[in-house]
Amino acid sequence: MKPPILEMKNITKEFPGVKALSDVSFRVAEGEIHCLVGENGAGKSTLMKVLSGVYPYGTYSGEILFNGQVQRFSGIRDSEQAGIGIIYQELALVPEMTVYENIFLGNEIRRGWTVDWNETIRRAAQMLAKVRLNVNPETKVRDLGVGKQQLVEIAKALSRDVKLLILDEPTAALNEDDSANLLNLLRELKQHGVTCILISHKLKEVISIADTVTVLRDGKTICTLDAKKGEVSEQVLIKHMVGREINNIYPPRERIRSDEVVLEVRNWSAYDPKLGRNVLKDVSFHLKRGEIVGFAGLMGSGRTELARSLFGNPDGYEIRGEMYVRGQKLRFGHPQEAIRAGMAYVTEDRKAKGLILIQDVKQNITLANLNEIANHGVIDGNAEVKVANDYRESINIKTPTVAQIVGNLSGGNQQKVSVAKWLFVRPDILILDEPTRGIDVGAKYEIYTIMNRLVQQGMSIIMISSELPEVLGMSDRVYIVSSGRISGELPIEEATQEKIMHLATN
Amino acid sequence: MEFFQDLEKVLRQNIREYGMFIALFVIMAIFTYTTEGVFISSRNISNLLNQTGYIAVLAVGMTLVIVIRHIDLSVGFLAGFLGAVAAIALVFWKLPVWMVIPMVLGMGVIAGLITAFPVAQLKIPSFVASLAGWLIYRGALLLSTMGTGTIIIPDDAFNAIGNGFIPDIPGLDFFLPKVHKLTLLLGLLAIVLFIFSEIRSRRKKQEYNFEVLPLEIFILKLVFLSVLVGGITWVLAGYNGLSWTVVIMLIVVAVYHFVTTQTVLGRHIYAVGGNPEAAELSGINVKNITYVVFGSMGLLSALSGILFTSRLQSATTTAGTLFELDAIAAAYVGGVSAAGGVGKVTGSIIGALVMTSLTSGMNLMGIDISLQYIVRGAVLVAAVIFDVTTRTSRK
Repeated sequence: MKPPILEMKNITKEFPGVKALSDVSFRVAEGEIHCLVGENGAGKSTLMKVLSGVYPYGTYSGEILFNGQVQRFSGIRDSEQAGIGIIYQELALVPEMTVYENIFLGNEIRRGWTVDWNETIRRAAQMLAKVRLNVNPETKVRDLGVGKQQLVEIAKALSRDVKLLILDEPTAALNEDDSANLLNLLRELKQHGVTCILISHKLKEVISIADTVTVLRDGKTICTLDAKKGEVSEQVLIKHMVGREINNIYPPRERIRSDEVVLEVRNWSAYDPKLGRNVLKDVSFHLKRGEIVGFAGLMGSGRTELARSLFGNPDGYEIRGEMYVRGQKLRFGHPQEAIRAGMAYVTEDRKAKGLILIQDVKQNITLANLNEIANHGVIDGNAEVKVANDYRESINIKTPTVAQIVGNLSGGNQQKVSVAKWLFVRPDILILDEPTRGIDVGAKYEIYTIMNRLVQQGMSIIMISSELPEVLGMSDRVYIVSSGRISGELPIEEATQEKIMHLATN
Repeated sequence: MEFFQDLEKVLRQNIREYGMFIALFVIMAIFTYTTEGVFISSRNISNLLNQTGYIAVLAVGMTLVIVIRHIDLSVGFLAGFLGAVAAIALVFWKLPVWMVIPMVLGMGVIAGLITAFPVAQLKIPSFVASLAGWLIYRGALLLSTMGTGTIIIPDDAFNAIGNGFIPDIPGLDFFLPKVHKLTLLLGLLAIVLFIFSEIRSRRKKQEYNFEVLPLEIFILKLVFLSVLVGGITWVLAGYNGLSWTVVIMLIVVAVYHFVTTQTVLGRHIYAVGGNPEAAELSGINVKNITYVVFGSMGLLSALSGILFTSRLQSATTTAGTLFELDAIAAAYVGGVSAAGGVGKVTGSIIGALVMTSLTSGMNLMGIDISLQYIVRGAVLVAAVIFDVTTRTSRK
């Protein structure tokens, strides 16, 4: 085995309340393509941020050896200087600048006090040739497709003479041709001695390219597999990725057998004019009364886009397809109309999209249905407090009073406020987007209990979740979403973590 | 002493809210001292409030604009232009006052909606959209006064808006002959109403177990504010009493305070400012809120134009110059946050008073205009720094 170019030893990284990485060790040999796989939240991105200095030395414990030397990066600049280049999921290019300006951004070629633009363009052209990108260096990045932008990013990294290139899900937003192109380029770079760490959810891709694969799960290294020894296969990877024990207890409930379909969606496609691509393709599903239907899939697979496109389409997608709410064909032009039709949507990112953090608990709870506590547009303060206090008790929001600012509550209680707000619109169909992300086990259990109570009362729930145990523990049926399509539907009796992961990574 | 500990704690917790009052108080005290009492004289305070009027109503509207994370630069020249329209309507078209005022206010609303259109519909930054308005209304003002220059308005009813005072109760001259009795009576009524509503809201809060001020501090607050209102009333009553400008200002503040704190519309405005994305998903139509807020801004610009034109008894070619910046400064001094969702109408009125007090006081002291600008700039930046630091340190 070749000597390691990188060795990370016993890395532990904690955030308030969460251990994101615990005692992770990770070894990358020189000149190999090393894939890092794991579920959402397994700690892959955190590990790479530790490596690249985004989380500087001192905020984690453990040791990083690069090129045989102990490294203590205090920022991205340090790791770049050492020869580590990282390319994130969200591209870090300036769209309004040209390709050559982007490639040498922050690393400008100077001549005295000024930038030597001629030399910059010449060198940029060389770099573009290296990544086999045939565009004029004077093109604006904005005018390139995502696949080409990705290559510009790589050219930028190469211009800094990287020895180790890290790519975080580079093919997530690419079509098949662009993906194949990129993988070929990585193989070629390998020939030229560039070591590469690739984070990917697409297991086929991993199997085709990896020399070595390391699996992370729940912030721990599970195993490192050698492709040459034939240790890597889809089954093996999935087994290691999802091997999480189901140690959360899910409150039991009586399943309701109703044949009344409250929501049906047929051939639903959505085109995002801002991204210039289809985010949903030909999605069809249905939801029955009293049912909890799980929507599983990886982050970015299109589940949130689906929910938002149904719920009044605030992003302005161009939509084709049909939606039937309780048998009636409808299409909502604003969330307000969806709310009136009995829908509610608890957003995934409660801080950024769900709550008004600078307002208090009661103001947040009543926001979506103020007319119910108002006479002729004047809010009845007493009624508002009463409503808020009712929800505080019924779903156990832990706050001194309902006049507390929401930003001061814990994550779990914020989530309950979010749920209370949507229960107050008295919905028939409740969409929960990652309802338990970032909240503690006790609060999770409470959220599950509330969900059970609601479906017993005849509500129907769509639960979008990236946590497989939760999907299996709570759902009556599971749809799996992958690249904007429904890639499978499983009745709960047949669903397993392996099957879901298999469909989600296709 | 428990009382002082409580006081200190309450002051520290609510420093943002009380800070402005304290600042205003300190500024007034300083000027009273440096001008040997001239500043606090009835005549000067009355003048000061009348001068604040046309900026104060703009600051009220601007508060809401900034709360929803926008800005409106067009309001100054819009006020100037609509003031000129009022003058032309009165002088050349010979329209009666009762017709001119609603017409001008209506034009203000339309102008506001026009500014809102590119902002709400096309997501054009309001800075740019209203800067275009700034240029356009400036041109319109010049155009409408081009033939005549300054238009003198001979209409007494119209000019009373900016210069007149409310009438006194007749036949009471034997009692306090040099004092305006109706003003005193209204002031007294205001104090009584204020105390009752404070006590009622305190009871209500206690019923719900919400946090309330310790009793001694609560009484101190009531006494302090009663003395403040009483003092201002007494001072005003010693000159000509309440002016119509102050009455209009008070009505505007009362209406906007009510709308922002008690109504669904107000709640929606602050929700849009606090988190537009969450507001939209909660079924609030962010576009409509944008139209409403800019429409109200246009209405208040028209009102400001009427107040200013009436005060000068004429429309001039430069009316409205820099009003927008004075209004924005007043709003920021009054604690509005550029990050959106935070800011009170009452705060902005205090902010406007702080700014005009500075001008008035420094004028009385004979300080050169150049230094006045520098001082006002320093106060603005100090107020915003104070606001930002107290906001972050509270958490």
